[in-house]
Amino acid sequence: MAEQVLTDISVLRTSPLAHLASALEQGSVQGERGVKLREIAFTTQIGVRAEPGTEAHAALSAATGVGLPASVGQVAGNPEGTAVIWSGPDEFLAVAPEGTELFADLVQALGQAPGQVVDLSANRTVIELSGPSAREVLEKGCPADLHPRSFTAGTAITTVLGPVPVVLWKSAEDTFRVLPRASFADYTARWLLDAMAEFASAPID
Amino acid sequence: MMLIECPWCGPRNETEYGYGGEAHVAYPSDPSALNDNEWAKYLFYRQNPKGLFAERWVHSAGCRRWFNAVRDTVTYEFKAVYKPGEPQPLKTTNAPAQGGTK
Repeated sequence: MAEQVLTDISVLRTSPLAHLASALEQGSVQGERGVKLREIAFTTQIGVRAEPGTEAHAALSAATGVGLPASVGQVAGNPEGTAVIWSGPDEFLAVAPEGTELFADLVQALGQAPGQVVDLSANRTVIELSGPSAREVLEKGCPADLHPRSFTAGTAITTVLGPVPVVLWKSAEDTFRVLPRASFADYTARWLLDAMAEFASAPID
Repeated sequence: MMLIECPWCGPRNETEYGYGGEAHVAYPSDPSALNDNEWAKYLFYRQNPKGLFAERWVHSAGCRRWFNAVRDTVTYEFKAVYKPGEPQPLKTTNAPAQGGTK
């Protein structure tokens, strides 16, 4: 009997919001009060820890190609390529498209020095909320100051959305990326869909 | 609802924080020499002053770092926050031991 060998196991993967794909599409609102929801699945995410000022920090900073952010809110790089989010004074989250060599590069750059490079790709999924009403939707459950004067495009913070701990990343004007843990993704997406529903109808005076 | 200033993240909502009790409780230099009474005093006995009090707080939903704060227990107002190891900016009854910052 011929043995069947699966050479590409990625066909077996299911993203945390795959079962809600059509709901996300149907829940999205068009128009001037529009707000759109979609999942960006299977991104590469790497947890990086190194004390600023050390050799390991400098080596990792060079290996990312975009540097490591220095303080709260900062994001090194860009949303389309590699981006590194500040999550603590010595802790960073690198997010890159699927299929990059970033992880191997970072492991090599760290070597035996004190620090940490961990593949966290399956830990969080990326939910993108975009459109003119995106900020209003998030403000229903996020206590952080999301006004553009303090939360500008190209910044990210670790905070909560409703009861869910998330990384909130403003990747562009009117575009927010919400990164909940995979196990919270279903709840977060349904919470957002519920919060978006009112924008489908005209505002009440 | 109240804003608490994290030394690393800036002002955030109080729901992002966890409370860690009295700050600057020095670990005994020779724990095995303590009798049960002294060990219980170290573990469980805390001050409960009216007024300024140095406390430990953790920004658990943000940068997940511990820091110290001086809070007025009468008004709940945060008077100062400082990182572990930094000198205490305001005097409290539970100040760090002379020369120490822990």
